[in-house]
Amino acid sequence: MDTESPTTLTVNGEARTLPLEPRVSLLDALRDHLDLTGSKKGCDQGTCGACTVWVDGRRVLACLTLAVACAGKEVTTIEGLAGEDGELHPMQQAFVEHDAFQCGYCTPGQIMSAIKLIEEGNAGSDEDIAEFMSGNVCRCAAYPNIRAAIRQVRDAGEVPDATA
Amino acid sequence: MSGAIGRPVDRVDGRQKVTGQARYTAEIALPGLTHAALVCAPIPSGTVTGIDASAALAAEGVIAVLTAADMPRIANEPRLLPSLVGGPAPGISFFPMQDDEVHYAGQPVAIVVAATHEAAAWGADLVAVGYDRAPSITTIEEGREAAVEPEKLFGGLMPARNERGDVEAGLAEADVRVDLSYKMAANHHNPIEPPATTAAWEGERLTIWDSTMGVRATQLTVSHLLGTPLARIRVITHFVGGAFGMKAMVWPHVTLTAMAAGIVRRPLRLALTRPQMFYSNGHREEQEQRITIGAKRDGRLTAIRHHKLSITSRFDDWAEPATGGSSEMYGVENYEGVHRLIHGNTTTPTFTRGPGETLGSYVLETALDELAEQLGIDPIELRIKLHPPVDSRGNRWTSDGLAECLRTGAERFGWSERGREPRSVRDGDWLIGTGVAAAGYPVAPFMPSQHARARLYADGSALVETSTQEFGTGVATMMTQVGADAIGVPLEAVTAGLGDTDLPNTSSAVGSAGATMVSASVHNAGTALREKLVGLAVGDEASPLHGFEPADVEVADGRLSRRGDPATGEAFGELLERNRMSYAEAEGSWSPPPFEAPLGLLTFGAQFVEVAVDPELGLVRVRRMVGAFAPGRVLNPKLARSQLIGGMLWGLGQALLEGNAMDPRHGRWAAQNLGEYLVPVNADAPDVVVEFVEVEDEGFNPLGVKGVGEIGQVGVAAAITNAVHNATGRRFHQLPLAAELVMEPAPAAPPAPASG
Repeated sequence: MDTESPTTLTVNGEARTLPLEPRVSLLDALRDHLDLTGSKKGCDQGTCGACTVWVDGRRVLACLTLAVACAGKEVTTIEGLAGEDGELHPMQQAFVEHDAFQCGYCTPGQIMSAIKLIEEGNAGSDEDIAEFMSGNVCRCAAYPNIRAAIRQVRDAGEVPDATA
Repeated sequence: MSGAIGRPVDRVDGRQKVTGQARYTAEIALPGLTHAALVCAPIPSGTVTGIDASAALAAEGVIAVLTAADMPRIANEPRLLPSLVGGPAPGISFFPMQDDEVHYAGQPVAIVVAATHEAAAWGADLVAVGYDRAPSITTIEEGREAAVEPEKLFGGLMPARNERGDVEAGLAEADVRVDLSYKMAANHHNPIEPPATTAAWEGERLTIWDSTMGVRATQLTVSHLLGTPLARIRVITHFVGGAFGMKAMVWPHVTLTAMAAGIVRRPLRLALTRPQMFYSNGHREEQEQRITIGAKRDGRLTAIRHHKLSITSRFDDWAEPATGGSSEMYGVENYEGVHRLIHGNTTTPTFTRGPGETLGSYVLETALDELAEQLGIDPIELRIKLHPPVDSRGNRWTSDGLAECLRTGAERFGWSERGREPRSVRDGDWLIGTGVAAAGYPVAPFMPSQHARARLYADGSALVETSTQEFGTGVATMMTQVGADAIGVPLEAVTAGLGDTDLPNTSSAVGSAGATMVSASVHNAGTALREKLVGLAVGDEASPLHGFEPADVEVADGRLSRRGDPATGEAFGELLERNRMSYAEAEGSWSPPPFEAPLGLLTFGAQFVEVAVDPELGLVRVRRMVGAFAPGRVLNPKLARSQLIGGMLWGLGQALLEGNAMDPRHGRWAAQNLGEYLVPVNADAPDVVVEFVEVEDEGFNPLGVKGVGEIGQVGVAAAITNAVHNATGRRFHQLPLAAELVMEPAPAAPPAPASG
């Protein structure tokens, strides 16, 4: 695999050029090459959702996405959510207030999905939230609290429903 | 008292967790870090006939391929002992890569070390291993004839047989008997963070970052196996991404990583893959249980016989003890609990959340439901009537609350409105049913002395420290709350230090003992520090409190004052600065009461569920769950509630989703990923109500803490099974209660008209 080639990813608004082999997943590029370890590796098989990030504004599983395929695209990770002054995104704040996690390992993926859920117009009811959040496994089973956090952000209008 | 204990404060590490700043073990970046991948045996029994590493070694980035021939011999044989006990705690009494024999599928046979994660994984694929397969036993069915009754379980900690009275006579005396046989599939913990270890040698000193429920257990185990002195091994674990028992024992990959790092002389990280997690860290064993209960017409029990048969490795007499609840909950004089084992070709099973008693209670509480039905007694009233104030040794419970949990839960749930007749309530295509079960889980007194340190700086801030690690319980938050009250400073002034064997040592946080141990040692350290500061003040001529009796001095919000006279006193900071002390410090320790102390040690609760069953599709949906628990002092109700919700939803998974079949042809699990091994997802989880029943617990922990890690799960599988009976009129004796079991045969088609 002596085929490393320079690849430029825009991560959290910053252009980063890396020598990457084509086999490197977006998740490993973030974690091992950019030391952005907020995106988690739970299964590396696309079944747990812990690696959820946004690519050009859509939520994707970073473990099933090749990093070189994201060249020229905008990647947003959990590290890119809080304001520059450290102010938490309303969804991050709601997760803390509702204790919507325990060990915290699935949490970045849950939050990245939760924000998109509202934008996608899929957070209208508890049933919708439960259904559309089911790609993010929480083994601590904080599910009722995750729903409560999403409801709070939805009801406060802090994340716009892009489909409305 | 500033009263920090009992407040529902947010997690102190919440911000780190929601921003991605919390670093877990596989995220520790070290200069020159290398990456390991395991090559594991695909056969359950046999020998390695040869290993060809040439292709792997030729691959770019691969640094070494290590086999049994390269690895050092272990210094001492591993002997399984639960990590709570405080000694070396290997999960299996066997260490791989010492010879060519294979005893279970997933056993490591080679380690590839490479410059990158990708190169290591590819290198592991390229290692060609030859095997000679031998016959194997990997299921109960295959090994039934070879079952034996061991003398002891759990590394010799518990007897395999527990009996009293005369069970045969008791059963003969009974008016009513239930005699039921159950089957339960194997379970896997599947925390979302895969186990990981990073090891780095500096000369003779070894630092290990390990995803563990006990840094101390990792230190002790690696020291035992390597023969390296404890003082030269430091283990660090700041965040663990879930454990559930999987990381309670120290499994071979941890020491293998330390060995391999020593060979390549580079820092080395090993993260197990999701499929490897099904083989490398134990599991809840496939098992069968049988229970026979005899009762008089009025409900009084005359005898219980409770047997368990399960499969373990060829190395260990391991079975999760399953008979504690049936022995203790309902005060039966004639009792027989027996564990029998088949030694087969799997790894040693291990603690899985709610070890033993969740399945023991599933059996007991579903059987009681059948008994209550036969007797025509309400299942709640039967349990309350039977539950004694003492354990089987005659020792009074340190605190009880079972009856209150049943009554409180019943009221909150609306139990009195249930349809008593099975199959009497419908909602469209769905049959609706409700179920109840009681819960009891042992409070384990097996730990050695626990230690903590409290330090107060002259600026008024305080640090409380112990070696325990955070894996979701919120232990850091709880430490600040306990420390604040014990020292006498505001909650905001306290920081918790943890996750490092260089700190005063705490045992592995297992068996619901984490909060109990840590709160006790931190409380005692904080109290010792406060007493030290009071002593300093009353002996200091320049202090406004000089000459008072220490008992006349009270402490709150970082200030010492004369009792009843707040104006007479001074801040901690003033006292320290005047005495030219940059800080004051004290250690505290706690030991559990002796095992033979006359204490009844169970935590109690009650579970209520409503299910909807589609009999044509076999679907069981849990619509509502109410749990009422009496866990003694609740240090932080917000966090305790979360942990109890998690436990209850684990019970839902255990009841309806979680089970793995062993394929005996290959000796491997049928499911090896989260797509096929089903765990509850958001859409499976109903809203969950948790009620706390206040009880004052005395005689075990100085704050009256009993722990909430397991009790939330206990009884749920029974309550769901009982609810499915109430919905459908059918009894089930198998877990998980999968759709194919619940599905009802379509009504027979009418006979075709005779052709004329």
